Amino acid sequence: MNPVELKPKDLKSDQEVRWCPGCGDYSILNSAQAVLAELGIPREKMCMISGIGCSSRFPYYMNTYGFHSIHGRALAIATGTKTANPELSVWVATGDGDCMSIGGNHFIHTLRRNVDLKILMFNNRIYGLTKGQYSPTTPQGQVTKTSPYGAVDAPFNPIELALGAGATFVARTVDTQPKHMKEVLKAAAEHKGTAFVEIWQNCVIFNDGAFKDMTTKDVRDDALVDMVPGQPLVFGKEREKGLQMSCGEAKVVPAAEADVWACDADSPVKAFTMASLDSRADLPTALGVFRAVQKPIFDEQVNAQVAMVTAKKGKGTLKDLIYTSDAWQVG
Amino acid sequence: MTTEVIRQDDVVIRFAGDSGDGMQITGNQFTDTTAKVGNDLATFPDFPSEIRAPAGTRPGVSGFQIHFSSSEIFTPGDGPDVLVAMNPAALVVNIGDLKPGGVVVVNTGSFTDKDLEKAKCATNPLEDGTLNGYRVIEIDINARVEEALKDSPLTKKDVLRCKNFYTLGLMYWLFSRPMEPTLDWLAAKFKGKQELIDANQTALKAGYASGDIHEMFQGRYEVAPRSDSQPGMYRNIMGNEALALGLAAGAHLAELELFLGSYPITPATDILQHLAKLKNHGVVTMQMEDEIAGICTALGGSFAGKLGVTTTSGPGLALKGEAIGLAVMTELPLVIVDVQRAGPSTGMPTKVEQADLLQSVYGRNSEAPVPVLACSHPGDAFDCAVEACRIAVEYMTPVILLSDNYIANGAEPWLLPDLDKLPRFPVTRPVASDEPFLPYKRDAKLARPWAVPGVAGLEHRIGGLEKEDLTGNVSYDADNHQKMVQYRQDKVLGIADSIPTPEVYGADNGLLVIGWGSTYGAIRSAVEKPAEPGQPVAHLHLRHIWPFPKGLSEIFARYDQILVPELNMGQLAKMLQSEYPEFRFQTYDKVKGKPFTAFELREKITAMLEVVR
Repeated sequence: MNPVELKPKDLKSDQEVRWCPGCGDYSILNSAQAVLAELGIPREKMCMISGIGCSSRFPYYMNTYGFHSIHGRALAIATGTKTANPELSVWVATGDGDCMSIGGNHFIHTLRRNVDLKILMFNNRIYGLTKGQYSPTTPQGQVTKTSPYGAVDAPFNPIELALGAGATFVARTVDTQPKHMKEVLKAAAEHKGTAFVEIWQNCVIFNDGAFKDMTTKDVRDDALVDMVPGQPLVFGKEREKGLQMSCGEAKVVPAAEADVWACDADSPVKAFTMASLDSRADLPTALGVFRAVQKPIFDEQVNAQVAMVTAKKGKGTLKDLIYTSDAWQVG
Repeated sequence: MTTEVIRQDDVVIRFAGDSGDGMQITGNQFTDTTAKVGNDLATFPDFPSEIRAPAGTRPGVSGFQIHFSSSEIFTPGDGPDVLVAMNPAALVVNIGDLKPGGVVVVNTGSFTDKDLEKAKCATNPLEDGTLNGYRVIEIDINARVEEALKDSPLTKKDVLRCKNFYTLGLMYWLFSRPMEPTLDWLAAKFKGKQELIDANQTALKAGYASGDIHEMFQGRYEVAPRSDSQPGMYRNIMGNEALALGLAAGAHLAELELFLGSYPITPATDILQHLAKLKNHGVVTMQMEDEIAGICTALGGSFAGKLGVTTTSGPGLALKGEAIGLAVMTELPLVIVDVQRAGPSTGMPTKVEQADLLQSVYGRNSEAPVPVLACSHPGDAFDCAVEACRIAVEYMTPVILLSDNYIANGAEPWLLPDLDKLPRFPVTRPVASDEPFLPYKRDAKLARPWAVPGVAGLEHRIGGLEKEDLTGNVSYDADNHQKMVQYRQDKVLGIADSIPTPEVYGADNGLLVIGWGSTYGAIRSAVEKPAEPGQPVAHLHLRHIWPFPKGLSEIFARYDQILVPELNMGQLAKMLQSEYPEFRFQTYDKVKGKPFTAFELREKITAMLEVVR
């Protein structure tokens, strides 16, 4: 197949985009259209599948094949579509409620199977479409419409959950850094197997500033560390600080002593360590690719079995199916 | 020594033992051999849901009933003529069903005090009068098997596990069946384990020989092969296997590949297991993480152009409800199989009931019409599965196919279909043109085009939000919603144009008995041979339940009374009463986890006819 040249606008559908003004989803849509256009994949081979929530309107805005399904089930539907036709490039747009709560079961099972899907999880730490209830990623104590005295639930760390489920590609990016997002999405697109990307996304209406302690210009250099494969883990305004890991613990060291990041290690321990920084006030939070390893791919294997049995037994006909050797003649 | 041969037109045998005694294998072997002999037959396996309930107890009793005949039969029989009881629990649980004067073969080797205690028998049923009125054949099968296998290298425990084949051998002798099919089956089953082949074959032969040697019986029975069988090729088939084959055949006939997303659930799991073996027919099976993932995966496969199928039982159908609604909205073909079991909730998973009808027809949020059909016996499961596939792809709709436990696990000889006479319904795909593609532009049947990802020029988006007519874009327009709800309803109701008016069997006046699903056999038997010859009674069986076939009013008008026997609390009757309010539909409910007997239906029919007199 010759690579197809597309421009981002070729991927825009004729539907009016209806997210709130200032919503982080616009930035994600633009980055996704830019990255997808560069993949060399024709539009008709792209398939956008979503569940329910603000993020899940995504397929309507992409001039590709699309399926806006029901709450939580996008990954199950996408698993079917991808396995039925492995030639498709199947992307799933989902949110923290859709993916981690009602769809949590499908999430972990999709990851353990390693279906070749690209999952974009828009994490705004709130239920937006239902107007402001706490989600499985809302921090403990946050006041929302359904937690007027503060949320009691402990939240999931999406990265740790994905790593724990055996994900082969896990990354995090943020709506306010389009360049970073494009790099991460490109890496996800190039990964063979399930690629899980958590995208911090600001909900201007119901959870404005959820990530501001880490993402605003004045704090981000110290609050975030970008994991670039092959590069040292450095951060700070002058990139003067670094991270060093040992025995599952990270500590701040001078930049010159920082560990060089490798996301393709056999062991997920370092990825877990970097994910665990989320809960450390004294350490920066990690963005970038936590893990990218190769494992057998579900949809390929399912179809390979069909091909293998067909090669061995020959293509079955209607007659073979019904007229088997244990049949007997009467009359 | 010559043994008298007693010719019988038909016989019902029930094998009953502990669930570890191999009664299902024994029953299935007797069935396969009997099918090959050329009798008509019907079977009814009845086993506990526990894989191994405590040995020797009443809840652990596993039974297998087979009815075989020289002429056409429709049911596994009401009560057995011959009961084989391997232990006291099996005897006391089943003796009440044995016909008066029937034969009971008892394994006395399992009637020790300990065995009696496990079965909670205060007295020994062999001695306390329980068996008065029956012909009792007492054999210490345990001792006989040990004697026959005294040279076997197997342990005593393993030797005793061969007792079901000794019993089978004895029954083969009694009913003049050949041993060869089972000898061959054992050789294949235990290939590479010669000591097991030898032991089981020896036990079978010893059981057979004991009939001649021990003069336990007054004679041997002979049930001649059917002479009126339709000529053709036959297979012995169970309902779940027939259903799996029908689904695979449906995909062939639609020129599609079958794509099954499923989750194990009794009694539907066999369908997944059968289909998993058919990979060379292009069948993809995916055992998903839950019922919802099962149907969603299948629907995702349909979106990509495969024939999506999901299989389940009642509790699973409840979980799939929302996704069925999505299939209604996106108008994608999907076959949903519900092998019903007794409920509600977990209920009695290995027992029969047909109480998911209303759930199937009405059990979704909002206006979500879905065609529903039901199979009536194992062979019919094949035809119904093909029909479900036809409706799904011709009308671009989810279809619910109902089966039940009784059909799923019952067996019968199946006259293999003439391949040239099977319906063919290849799918026509839309092609791209200069005009914009309209994914919700309907054909004469109101079906929308099935464009699949991968085709340039047909890119479109579907989903659960209401669709604008023609374009399929999201629409909240009031009039558009009314129009689309009406389209979806009219499309499903229009399926009635493609289905024949069912034929009525029996009298053209008097009492009409209407049934659906697995009550077919019992109703047909009761109507074919009523309690009193000449009783004006007829049978109408409905395969298509939603929409109802056309022409039913004209049929109903010919009868004075209409009876609807169901293994539920009157669900079909409720639907009929609502659709045809000018007629009165009398219910006859049975919810015991057991099928109707022809006997109880005959009594009900007689009682209803007497009231009129």
